Amino acid sequence: MTQPAVRPWSAPTVAPPTPRAGSRAEDAISIDIRHLSAWYGKKQALDDISLGIFERQVTAIIGPSGCGKTTLIRCLNRMHEVAPQARVEGEVEFEGRDIYDPSVDPTALRRAVGMVFQRPNPFPTMSIFDNVVSGVRLVGGTRRGSLQEIAERSLRRAALWDEVKDSLKRSAIGLSGGQQQRLCIARALAVEPRVLLMDEPCSALDPIATLRIEELIRSLQEEITIVIVTHNMQQAARVSDRTAFMLAGEERIGRLIEVGPTSLIFTNPQDHRTEDYITGRFG
Amino acid sequence: MYEIALRRRVVDHLMVALCGLAAAIGVGVLGVLLIHVVVNGVSALTPALITSLPTPLGVEGGGIAHAIIGSAIIVGIACVVGIPLGVGAGVYLAEYAGPRAGALVRFTADVMTGVPSIVVGIFGFALIVTRTGAFSALAGSFSLAVIAIPIVARTTEEVFHLVPLELREASLALGIRRWRTISSVVLPTASAGVITGAMLALARMAGETAPLIFTTLGNNFWNVDPTRPTAAMTLTIFQYAIWPYAYLQRQAWAASLLLLLVILVLNVAVRLTYRSYRGS
Amino acid sequence: MDAYLRLYRNFIFGLFTFRIARVSFERDDDNTVRAQQGTAIRLVNPIDTRLTAARGARATGPLARALAPAVGLQDALFHGAASVMGLLIVVLAALLVATMLERGIDAFSAFGPTFVVTSTWNPVVGEFGVLPAIYGTIVSSMLSLVIAVPVGIGAAIFIVELVPRWVAEPVSFIIEMLAAIPSVIIGLWGLYVVVPIVRQIEAFVGPRLSFIPLFTGPAYGIGLLAASLVLAIMVLPILTAVTRDVLRAVPSSQREGMLALGATRWETITRVVLPFGRQGIAGAIILALGRALGETLAVSMVIGNQFKISGSLFAPATTLSSLIATQFREADNPLYVSALIAAGFVLFCTTIVVNVIARLLVWRLSRVPGGRS
Repeated sequence: MTQPAVRPWSAPTVAPPTPRAGSRAEDAISIDIRHLSAWYGKKQALDDISLGIFERQVTAIIGPSGCGKTTLIRCLNRMHEVAPQARVEGEVEFEGRDIYDPSVDPTALRRAVGMVFQRPNPFPTMSIFDNVVSGVRLVGGTRRGSLQEIAERSLRRAALWDEVKDSLKRSAIGLSGGQQQRLCIARALAVEPRVLLMDEPCSALDPIATLRIEELIRSLQEEITIVIVTHNMQQAARVSDRTAFMLAGEERIGRLIEVGPTSLIFTNPQDHRTEDYITGRFG
Repeated sequence: MYEIALRRRVVDHLMVALCGLAAAIGVGVLGVLLIHVVVNGVSALTPALITSLPTPLGVEGGGIAHAIIGSAIIVGIACVVGIPLGVGAGVYLAEYAGPRAGALVRFTADVMTGVPSIVVGIFGFALIVTRTGAFSALAGSFSLAVIAIPIVARTTEEVFHLVPLELREASLALGIRRWRTISSVVLPTASAGVITGAMLALARMAGETAPLIFTTLGNNFWNVDPTRPTAAMTLTIFQYAIWPYAYLQRQAWAASLLLLLVILVLNVAVRLTYRSYRGS
Repeated sequence: MDAYLRLYRNFIFGLFTFRIARVSFERDDDNTVRAQQGTAIRLVNPIDTRLTAARGARATGPLARALAPAVGLQDALFHGAASVMGLLIVVLAALLVATMLERGIDAFSAFGPTFVVTSTWNPVVGEFGVLPAIYGTIVSSMLSLVIAVPVGIGAAIFIVELVPRWVAEPVSFIIEMLAAIPSVIIGLWGLYVVVPIVRQIEAFVGPRLSFIPLFTGPAYGIGLLAASLVLAIMVLPILTAVTRDVLRAVPSSQREGMLALGATRWETITRVVLPFGRQGIAGAIILALGRALGETLAVSMVIGNQFKISGSLFAPATTLSSLIATQFREADNPLYVSALIAAGFVLFCTTIVVNVIARLLVWRLSRVPGGRS
């Protein structure tokens, strides 16, 4: 575009990440989405999405509600197919394999590609400790001592350890919303996934809890690839290295409009629809 | 990375199969039972069976006409008395009951639905048979009605709650009295559900045996006088099943087939229409 | 807000014929309901040929006032009649308890608490103690649960978790139909189909496992084992139906949380879904127990009706309900009758307690365990 878009908001309260030009050829792609389309029964939800998720970077997916962001990330760990009559076409390559290849067991995939949901969903019948190690226990063969270590490490990474270290046996329900969400993050991290998918993780939380989770994401991005869906553009700007903008047309089929380094997307979007969304003309 | 441990996969598939087996057992039992009733009963289910009376014991032949008419009388009286009372109680619960009175009646009705039917039979015996000095169809009908009233009351209440408040408001706004609103506006709207509940109660009453054992006692002869002991389909099946006469056992199967047909048709028809009523 | 309703209803007996031509109304700012101009309700009653019509009527005051205690004699009578019918239920229940106590009191006063712990049933001498019946009731009910619970919960899991709706609905429907079958027909089937099979099983297992006292005795066929099987069939539908509802109430976010950690279906079910619903499932089991305790006909046809406690599952026995049902014709003196009614009272109390406990557990279904969600 000839003129840079006007920055529509005041400076973010959290300093933006030091720019890492994600489009350098040396950066590895963790998940390569190629011509992905998805359906719920007869209703198409996504059309021909092609997108590269870079390793150890935070990729944000933004767009108005109903544009298919959630469907997209649910396709990345094959949670989409849990819905009745769900169907997918295209390829999603992760660590050298198409995850939709029949030889891939989705259960195994989900251990490597973890997920945190919009509303915290700790297991109410388990204690905090049991919640955190619930994924680890699935595989078995881990001794008690190492479970303790794993729990502590995950809770530290989720910035929750100090708050719960004395009450690990208490029920998870007693925690506040923000703490519960960090517990779910700890739980997801405990199984050492390579990628963490986050579906609007802060939308049910108050601003302070949101801030803590954003700090958490920034501390995690050195070690793990993160894909975050958010309807909050400022959050995307604060937290991500790359941003993808999606839109659903009249037929409510989600399409990828534009993707690029976050700083570029928000200052100089190439597509006018992106610009319209970012400047708040709709959405 | 692409596969999970064999043990986990095996356990998963095994347990899924076992659950499928459990469901198959549930479905299969009904199927097997139906097949047996049909196979054993169909040959004896002749017009003669339905129209004749029992022969002297040991003599082949005869029929269950007395039981058919007896059941019709007993269940009929129970319906005529019990269903309107049940609907009335349901109307009370839905439209008039205060929170405490309503809770009491609801709780009692729920508890009553869990009372074993033989206990209800004892109740009928103790209340009516001992006081009138005679076993009778009326006592049996009383016991059946006691079983049916709480059931009909609860289903009626549920259905009345489904009728939108706006309908009552519109009717009242037009100056129609409260009682007329209930009887001429709400009740017809809820009629499908009320009829459903009534028919389910009817099917239930038609299949009960224990309440009739000490109230109508049964009868091997034709009797249409409700103040005297009367035969019933279920009682007859019970009797014939345990007597050592093959021809009577065959008649028991045939009677079972007949009774089962009526009850299943009622249940299936009612549940199917109730589903569409609920869904709409 | 506008609601157009067109209803045409004919009462079965033709008592009332009415047509609501078109009803539309609005709510005012002060929450009164106002019927619009041009609206008419015509109530035409063939017996009472007056026409009740209203145009643009206005109900004064909010609905609460409209539903206030009845205005006028007609309303009062109707209200009164409905109340009587509602309270009739409570009256009947109280009467039931009272009559049973009245008639059973003779036996209770003659024998006292020994009634439930003695094992004599001697009408001649006039000694009655129902312990064997209690034993039979408890053993047959418990054993029926042992058989029915895995099958019922397995079937419920199958219906809710493992198959699409179009398979689940018919399966669920068919299992519920089992509950509609009269107990006497299940008893007939039990007597002529299940008992011979049980006899074969007993003949096979008995000699081989005779060192276990549970499996001793002649292979009659009828007895505790057959009764338990028949009871299991009868409680299966309620167990499956309630468990199905409990499992359906588990939020899908819980399942997804576990699946996203890399769990198989079965792991998700056992580690998340079943624990979440454990109160409701316990309630379902206890409801089934209540049903099993009170079951009379089918049990009395296959249990053998022997007034004896024997340690073996193969042995004939009796339950409280079948005792009452089969002995009743024989009861020729007031004490005998009273003893039977007393037995009925014991049964009544037990089932009431069991059912109340079950409902308390199942009522908690609507509340999320732990509170905050």
